[in-house]
Amino acid sequence: MTSLPTQPTAKKLGLVIDLDVCVGCHACVVNCKEWNTGGYGSALSDQDPYGADVSGAWLNRVHTFEVMPQGGEIVGEAGEARIVHFPKSCLHCEDAPCVTVCPTGASYKRAEDGIVLVDEDKCIGCGLCAWACPYGAREMDLAAGVMKKCTLCIDRIYNETMEEVDRQPACVRTCPANARHFGDFSDPQSAVSIMVMERGGMDLMPEQGTRPVNKYLPPRPRKSLAASAAASPLAEDTEGAKGFFAWLDGVLDRI
Amino acid sequence: MHPAPSIIVFTTLSGLGYGLAALLGLGVLDPSLVATKIAHVLALLLIAAGLASSTLHLGNPQRAWRALSQWRSSWLSREGVMAILTFVPLLWSAWAAVIESRYLMLPGLLGTLFAGITVYCTAMIYASLKSVQAWHTPLTPLCYLLFAASGGALLGLFFAASSGGPLLLLSVMAVVFTAAAWTAKLAWRRNMDAMAPLSTPESATGLGDIGKVRLFERPHMTENYLTREMGFRIARKHAGKLRQLSLLSGGVVPAVIALVLPIAGSDGGLIAALAMALAVAAHVLGMLAERWLFFAEARHAVMNYYGG
Repeated sequence: MTSLPTQPTAKKLGLVIDLDVCVGCHACVVNCKEWNTGGYGSALSDQDPYGADVSGAWLNRVHTFEVMPQGGEIVGEAGEARIVHFPKSCLHCEDAPCVTVCPTGASYKRAEDGIVLVDEDKCIGCGLCAWACPYGAREMDLAAGVMKKCTLCIDRIYNETMEEVDRQPACVRTCPANARHFGDFSDPQSAVSIMVMERGGMDLMPEQGTRPVNKYLPPRPRKSLAASAAASPLAEDTEGAKGFFAWLDGVLDRI
Repeated sequence: MHPAPSIIVFTTLSGLGYGLAALLGLGVLDPSLVATKIAHVLALLLIAAGLASSTLHLGNPQRAWRALSQWRSSWLSREGVMAILTFVPLLWSAWAAVIESRYLMLPGLLGTLFAGITVYCTAMIYASLKSVQAWHTPLTPLCYLLFAASGGALLGLFFAASSGGPLLLLSVMAVVFTAAAWTAKLAWRRNMDAMAPLSTPESATGLGDIGKVRLFERPHMTENYLTREMGFRIARKHAGKLRQLSLLSGGVVPAVIALVLPIAGSDGGLIAALAMALAVAAHVLGMLAERWLFFAEARHAVMNYYGG
């Protein structure tokens, strides 16, 4: 059924992505492809994989944006523009437009945990769900002719043959900077819910009315360029020295 | 959006076919004439060719029958169901006209109604997508319906002219529907040109509170499915000229020919039929350009993540 669950789902499983922490290493991208090309559904094919015009289906991609504050200036490499690495995968929306447009019932949202999945045996590869998604979370696998998307690593998170620490999406497990977190958003006491509350977690494109489950934590505020320039270099300031170092500081001053 | 030839051909041919079928359902053409019998067959062929073309872009067309199952939520599914249901009155009407030289009111009007609903469903596949802002307007189904009616009336006038039948009523219908269709289409274009983008790089990244957002690096160096499918920009520079050409060829030329025929006092015949064949050919050409623009000019929200 491609009608969305009528009741709020029992769990709302999803990701928190911390834009303050992501270093843009693409490890989550690679591990996502690695896990999912051998897991749920058909393999994630690449076209012309060793050629000049390589492309393929990926469920997670890292974009990089430059953000220029109002009135900010660019001064060589120390300008006020910020670089923000931006990992993007399916947001498992509560009002997922990709689900309702599906003509075959292949695309569905699970009532028990809110995960949006594609039943590849029913998918005809019409591509309409990819058109309906404003986030670009769905990509057609050109070899298999079916739509691929993030499964939230459904074959890991419930997998009791794995050690508990590994029962997380591949992207979360592999992130060396701890920028990705997995949890249940319907539980206000869960780590992800608390993180979202404390850091002002936000929705992407709220105006599209999709009510995404995944939340993004905004980068923390940064000191302005002028403020950074005014501060005296740390190494020249001995103000807070105590004990032996205060004595040494005094002696060296007198010499 | 990528203008897939299969989809352009599908919407153009099926629109024309359903338009002609809807016209035939009204009983304005004499079913005892050979031209009318051919018209019935042609309408069915156009619809069938359009539907067949629509399956060409599927990754797994052998499962296309599954697309009939989700009519509760999906406009694409509704379209599939309606396309099949519409064949029932259309085949019934065609049988009555071709074999028995009779016009039957019940299947006729039912065919007209169902053809309209099917075209509406086709248009709603696009109009229901909020992610493609230019399409997400009630003007989209209005344009599709009026273009189908325009094409149907022009084809009807062609068959009336070929058989020497009375032209006045069909001529009026052709001119009125063609003018109405292009009035709606020009309003649609004005709507697209004037719209402020619903989503921006700032809203797409949530970073608008910090400042102006600009793409610094794409996730991959090469193109991917998303940029090929949603990021189509080839030949957009010719969009202005194509817009004018589509209006000229799809609207002005056929409408003028349809208008001149009864004024010139023609009651059909070879010259009138040739003139109408030209009008229909111009209309189809214009519609192909119009449909190409419909896809090529529409911008998808995902391109906010890809720098335009």
